[in-house]
Amino acid sequence: MKPIFMTYTRNDIINLAILLIVGVVVIPMTVSSGYWYTSILIPWLCLALATIGQQIIMGYTGQLALGAAGFMAAGAFACFNLILRVPGIPFVGALIISGLIAAAFGILFGLPSLRVRGIYLMVATLASQFFIIWMIDKFGWFKNYDSSGIITAQDIVIMGKPFTSPIEMYLVIVAVVTPMTLLAMNMARGSTGRNWMSVRDMDIAAESMGVSLLKTKLQAFAISSFYCGVAGALFAFTYLKSLEPVAFDIKLSFKVLFMVILGGLGTINGAFIGAGFILLFPVLLNYIGNNVFHGAIDATIISAIEQVVFGVLMIIFMIYEPLGMARLWETTKVKISHLFTKNK
Amino acid sequence: MADQILFFIEVVVGGLLAGTMYSLVALGFVLIFKASATFNFSQGAMVFFAVLAFVGFMQDFNVPFVLAFFLAVGLMVIVGLCTERLVLRPLMNQSEDTLLMATIGLGYVLEGLAQAMWGVEVRRLDLGIKDFPIPWIADNLKLFISAIDLTAGAVAFGMIIGLSLLFKYTKMGLGLRAVADDAGAASSIGIPLKHIMLLVWSAAGVVALVAGMMWGARAGVQFALVDLALKALPVLIIGGFSSIPGAIIGGLLIGATEKVLEVYIGPFFGGAIEGWAPYVLAIFFLLYRPEGLFGEKIIRRV
Repeated sequence: MKPIFMTYTRNDIINLAILLIVGVVVIPMTVSSGYWYTSILIPWLCLALATIGQQIIMGYTGQLALGAAGFMAAGAFACFNLILRVPGIPFVGALIISGLIAAAFGILFGLPSLRVRGIYLMVATLASQFFIIWMIDKFGWFKNYDSSGIITAQDIVIMGKPFTSPIEMYLVIVAVVTPMTLLAMNMARGSTGRNWMSVRDMDIAAESMGVSLLKTKLQAFAISSFYCGVAGALFAFTYLKSLEPVAFDIKLSFKVLFMVILGGLGTINGAFIGAGFILLFPVLLNYIGNNVFHGAIDATIISAIEQVVFGVLMIIFMIYEPLGMARLWETTKVKISHLFTKNK
Repeated sequence: MADQILFFIEVVVGGLLAGTMYSLVALGFVLIFKASATFNFSQGAMVFFAVLAFVGFMQDFNVPFVLAFFLAVGLMVIVGLCTERLVLRPLMNQSEDTLLMATIGLGYVLEGLAQAMWGVEVRRLDLGIKDFPIPWIADNLKLFISAIDLTAGAVAFGMIIGLSLLFKYTKMGLGLRAVADDAGAASSIGIPLKHIMLLVWSAAGVVALVAGMMWGARAGVQFALVDLALKALPVLIIGGFSSIPGAIIGGLLIGATEKVLEVYIGPFFGGAIEGWAPYVLAIFFLLYRPEGLFGEKIIRRV
């Protein structure tokens, strides 16, 4: 596997160009059914962005945080309130400010990380999860005093043009996720990322080398929750199309955690692989249940099986490939390329 | 005034008794942590799995109470055996974070299996103890204390004393403590590591079953038990991960504090602060005593 701080090669740039062309030109031109956008591509990209956030704090900085959904909720409701209360605010501006608000929560709840690690930190971040959801739930202001508990998200309007169809929303998400992913990759391979990784590998040694733990950890928490906040806002505005605190409960946090671990700790492409897998696997199971067994298996049993499979995979990956699917992908690529070079 | 004091005592006692239920969950956690230095995140799932199996045996197969209890115990031993074989042994000598994540996976497996086998609906569990105030105490002391809370408290207390004695005075307990201290050294002088692990996981399974029965009798056997069991984590932080008395005192402290806060401060914030108050309390504890009240100080090498 390529060291993470290597400079980009020509191949990398070609790969990026191909991916961009596929994402922006090929997919919108070939895929016309709304189902693909609303049920697969949109949630995949939103959750992948949140997973990058979790990846930064867990995979790169090694802080076992478990509150991604809380920060996503903070971002989603911040975005809702900004658009509601600030007249004429551009959508992207609202998105950035909601990310910053989530980042402020991240710094606040990241403070315990200066003293504790491992499961102790996990408990401290659970506090953020429960507190943020409770706060949104209990203070009517956040929900604009809506009694039903479920608020419809406003339409996305950029430069006076509403983006409401699945393809348009997909393009908005691509336009947000692409630069943020590139930024994350650059941070990870630059000095910022090296500081994170030195803290992950041995914080005391990092400190004695002159890496400020205070700055590095809080920075990682802030950036991580910024990503989660933006992802949460996008998730609510494009996928859920409504805002309810329940959608951001602890189960979503665990889901994001699974995406990070199965995808591969400390890799950005792992975030996309992991999010894709966790999202697509239930779709596949439901498909099998409906078409192979013709609905003979109860939907609750299918979701239970899905849970068992995720758990078993988690254990298997921990035992055999702690670096997750991203690493598997890298090794298969190397093996395949060896096959070709031998034949020549 | 006297009424207010009585009400306060009632709140505190109710909280303390509810706290013993957290203690019961925390106890299973401590058992495993003491013997294998593993943070067993799946303890909550074990509670759910064990009690759902117990209720399932009774309601779906009409197995009598006692037999169902022993069947559930047997099932938990099998779970312990499989965990030792399939999860812990391949992960021996891995970092604690890896083990922690593996137990999160284990928790998912247990939750999924339980729901696949017994379904997702809420089941009632009747232990023959009623959830209303004990008349004698209500009449004489003017305190309203639920019978089921009191039973749970007594059971928790009994288990703690039993387990403490086991740890202290039996040969098995000595082996357990030796393994906890240094697994490598213990196995080199002939203490069977496998048996000890199996024993500890089975004991934790039984504790989980008892905890689940208490919770289930009160709130119904349902998936929400897993979330409730998460509250054992702040309990452990306050009490320390490796101390049995710590689990008890932490549980009592969390139980009483969250009830008092809920009743006296909660109304100012719209209520339901029980959901996060224990975690915030745990954060404050972490800032002053990261190793908990009774835990051993953590020393790390570079």
